[in-house]
Amino acid sequence: MNFDPRYSGRSFTSVGTRPIRPDGVDKVTGRARYGADFNMAGQLVGRILRSPHAHAKIRKIDTSKAEKLPGVKAVITAKDLPDLTDGDAAMYDILDNCMARTKALYDGHAVAAVAAVDARTARQALKLIEVDYEILPHVTDVDEAMKHSAPLINDTIFTEGLEEKPVKPSNVTKRTQYGHGDVHEGFGHADFVVERSFKTEQTHQGYIEPHACVASVSSDGTADLWVCTQGHFVYRQHCAQLLGMEASKLRVTSSEIGGGFGGKTHVWAEPVALALSRKAGRPVKLVMTRDEVFRASGPTSATSIDVKIGARKDGTITAAEATLRYSCGPYAGMWAEIGAMTAFACYKLENVKTVGYEVLVNRPKTAAYRAPSAPMAAFAVESAVDELAKEIGMDPVEFRIRNAAQEGTRSSYGPVYGPIGIGPTLEAVKNHPHMKAPLGKNQGRGMACGFWFNFGGQTCTDLNIGMDGSVSLAVGTVDVGGSRASLSLVAAEELGIDYSQVKAIVADTSSLGYNDMTDGSRGTFSSSMATISAARNAIKILRERAAQMWDISVDDVAWEQGHAVAKGEKHGNLGKLSLKEIAAQSGKTGGPIAGHSELVADGAGVSFATHICDIEVDPETGSTRVLRYTVVQDAGKAVHPTYVEGQYQGGAAQGIGWALNEEYIYGKDGRLQNPGFLDYRIPVCSDLPMIDTQILEIPNPNHPYGVRGVGETSIVPPLAAIANAVSNAAGVRMTHIPMSPPRILAAIEAEREG
Amino acid sequence: MAGVAVSTVINGDSVEYLCQPDETLLDVLRDRLGLTGAKEGCGTGDCGACSVIIDDRLVCSCLVLGAEAEGRRIETVEGMAHGDQLHPLQQKFLEHAALQCGICTPGFLIAAKDLLAKNPDPTEEEIRFGLAGNLCRCTGYDKIVRAVQDAAGVMKGASR
Repeated sequence: MNFDPRYSGRSFTSVGTRPIRPDGVDKVTGRARYGADFNMAGQLVGRILRSPHAHAKIRKIDTSKAEKLPGVKAVITAKDLPDLTDGDAAMYDILDNCMARTKALYDGHAVAAVAAVDARTARQALKLIEVDYEILPHVTDVDEAMKHSAPLINDTIFTEGLEEKPVKPSNVTKRTQYGHGDVHEGFGHADFVVERSFKTEQTHQGYIEPHACVASVSSDGTADLWVCTQGHFVYRQHCAQLLGMEASKLRVTSSEIGGGFGGKTHVWAEPVALALSRKAGRPVKLVMTRDEVFRASGPTSATSIDVKIGARKDGTITAAEATLRYSCGPYAGMWAEIGAMTAFACYKLENVKTVGYEVLVNRPKTAAYRAPSAPMAAFAVESAVDELAKEIGMDPVEFRIRNAAQEGTRSSYGPVYGPIGIGPTLEAVKNHPHMKAPLGKNQGRGMACGFWFNFGGQTCTDLNIGMDGSVSLAVGTVDVGGSRASLSLVAAEELGIDYSQVKAIVADTSSLGYNDMTDGSRGTFSSSMATISAARNAIKILRERAAQMWDISVDDVAWEQGHAVAKGEKHGNLGKLSLKEIAAQSGKTGGPIAGHSELVADGAGVSFATHICDIEVDPETGSTRVLRYTVVQDAGKAVHPTYVEGQYQGGAAQGIGWALNEEYIYGKDGRLQNPGFLDYRIPVCSDLPMIDTQILEIPNPNHPYGVRGVGETSIVPPLAAIANAVSNAAGVRMTHIPMSPPRILAAIEAEREG
Repeated sequence: MAGVAVSTVINGDSVEYLCQPDETLLDVLRDRLGLTGAKEGCGTGDCGACSVIIDDRLVCSCLVLGAEAEGRRIETVEGMAHGDQLHPLQQKFLEHAALQCGICTPGFLIAAKDLLAKNPDPTEEEIRFGLAGNLCRCTGYDKIVRAVQDAAGVMKGASR
């Protein structure tokens, strides 16, 4: 059946309310089962041996002693994961990252793995594996890696995207460019030009639950995988391809997920666990330690960005340009490209040019982290925008309002915008009480804007109506922050029944068709679209059954507020039939009643946010305190407003940590020096104030309810908003994230010494 | 290695188990007793996801040996509700949406229970410092603080 996804402007009964989530009680009683909470009879403990070197050739691995240790049931190396990628370079990189083949490419790179009867035996076995390394020169800094003199990480890489094909290999995998107009001419019309360079350090998503899975491969070639993931269908595809299995023979069940933020969109240890189980002939449970999580999973890119923006005296931006260099770890990525696309997306620009360089370094493979690549680009651009406003003598909010993108604006990355929220968020910030709160000595206020594309993608949903009239909703997008509640609200809304009548679950890969993963802020956007479509399909059947029960034409049956209603004067005495009454008769009227939907959720509405932040800086120590924080963001339509607020607050908090504290610190030896929560310090409760939120609702025309994604945009503005606040408080422009006390102190002292 | 025989009380029930001398209480709870409410987020006492109360003291169970539980009284998240009656903290965490992914929630509930036992009427700042040993990456703590404030009010009312 054709599904019309257009926004209809309807009023809502369930959507927009704030009920308790369906998975809530299990999560406050300790009953909810996460990745490491699942066990199988006879399961072994898997552990991975990791390279202590940033860059080393693997000459030989001797596993014989480990194999002889009593209690060891399997030892594997890259030989046990043969290359079945058939020329697919991206899959080969995934394979190589799961288990180093010829070279260890970063401190923490997996080189071997064991499965043993218990954790102690497995740990002992790792110590008995002898790896003969030839240590190679390494590079971990993004700017250093671009130099011609830098050690080559992969000598088969020749930079793509250059006018002339290079003759020498390089650590730069790709150059990309976006924009329109003529920036050279634009700068010619500028009365003021700001040009600055910025750096951001690498951060980790910092989910509290380490990666965990239980893999069970049977001798008949079928397998089960229980895993914490943001996308069990994608994990199935990748694992099946790497292990040479048919996808349908591998059933992947997504556990409750203890945070992901993009870091659980990539397979890491799962193919290893499956390979161990295949070799040992028993189920294998593999749980990463926190040290492994930091050294070998996640993180986001470190960046180096140059920005140049010019404007007329009246505050109109005439040209904007940025060069963005993003670290990818040792494998090609498209992180700088995304940065180049998002950098100037908030603004209406006649002349704009951005260039991105993807840079290989000896660090873990860069993974998506909430609006990946956008926060760093926004930090650089929004810092320069603030500085430019100051030079012109304009209020930073007014300056942004004057240049904000609107409906019909051609975005800096190409497409023309529909209705968007950047202007409204800026107007809301301008009028927000936060802007009038008094500031004391050494305190500064900053604000900044942020953009994220949002994503739709392949989605599949089953809605089954039980004979008692209750509704089971099976979705394939992993619930990372309350989407089962929002999708239950949507099903209730569309069917016209109470929220309590709906129970939503996340189905495993054998029970539902393929779904893309929960990324790109797509969970509620795309699965609600599929849920609405499935509910409408179910309603069609409900109407048919009612028509049958009444013995009238289905054309005379409408669906209103959870009931079939007979239309037309001749049916005036038929009354109405509730969903429950129709369901009770389903066995006699044609069998089970269900609605299914398989679709590509196109038209994810772009999302904008503006944040305000007040910071106090101690000029003696360089330490900072966040005094006030406000998030204003367009949600399109907030399905469950409390969880939308939660997304806003959570993104802001992660951004605060990134801006002020978090960073990967590498030693000269190329080893990560702070792979733990003590030394990689994420914000704790006493570091933060309450985080105020304001939800704007500018409907997305491409969703029946107007929904846009809400999960990611909230992490885009904080780096810049906080940098602007710190710069205002300290009286010196901050250009290096995180603004840890030593960096702030150094900046203040450098300014004093002039 | 010979196991250590331990007799202890967990959530009011007498429990006996054998554990290795180097085995943490967290591993005993999770792997031997099936009490998986306490989570391992770091294994180094930095995240608080494995918080339990031993004889009225809040601890990270990853930093306690299973053998040390001998003769003690242990409270875990599994013991907070009475039958199907949720503890006010559990109820308020649900009402305020003080959890997103929920992995840190058992630790926060235990830490908040300990905090309110010692300080039934905490200020916002006291709550923030009282819960500073527990990491949450999803919520920004805002709704957690509000849930604890609300629960404290309910518990005070009930104890009057």
